[in-house]
Amino acid sequence: MARIAGIDIPKNKRGVIGLTYIYGIGKSTSANILDAAGISHDKKVNEWNDDELAAIRNFITANLKTEGELRSEVQLNIKRLMDIGCYRGQRHRKGLPVRGQSTKTNARTRKGKRKTVAGKKKATK
Amino acid sequence: MARSIKKGPFVDVKLNRKVTTLNEANKKSVVKTWSRRSLIIPDFVGHTFAVHNGNKFIPVYVTENMVGHKLGEFAPTRTFKGHGK
Repeated sequence: MARIAGIDIPKNKRGVIGLTYIYGIGKSTSANILDAAGISHDKKVNEWNDDELAAIRNFITANLKTEGELRSEVQLNIKRLMDIGCYRGQRHRKGLPVRGQSTKTNARTRKGKRKTVAGKKKATK
Repeated sequence: MARSIKKGPFVDVKLNRKVTTLNEANKKSVVKTWSRRSLIIPDFVGHTFAVHNGNKFIPVYVTENMVGHKLGEFAPTRTFKGHGK
């Protein structure tokens, strides 16, 4: 059992991979953390002793924004864009792609599931 | 890609001149501009710009949060009122 930065308990995985279960930590950040703590990347999470765990925890709390803190920061950034009424804010408000992607087709990640509009008749000969 | 820091922020010379004269005279008046590409710099805060959107001038009151954005971001060029009916 390893609890780091809140609620994360990935076990039976290599350290580098295990740490990426925390929101805000990807592979490269995870590698940096382990290097700073002087732990082998290949060591499994359940093989970490208390000292190593403490070192990892300290590094994360001292240097990184993770989980709730990071999520709220992202939300605040989006809220700022919406409040000043700039183009990107408007796109966020409408739930459309923000970075100039095409919306004629696709863009389903932002738009969500297709909402079929009834009543369009097929042209017959 | 982000703009080189060496060059500094881009602001149309004309627009910058207008705002600095306003600032020196300590006056506030609407600045009509077509320069959507100009970056909003801290000197602009508190002024109202009438930014052209290709059709009309959209009034934009500049607040502190807007610094670092372009003027054009605040004057939408497209009108979409939804599909159908």
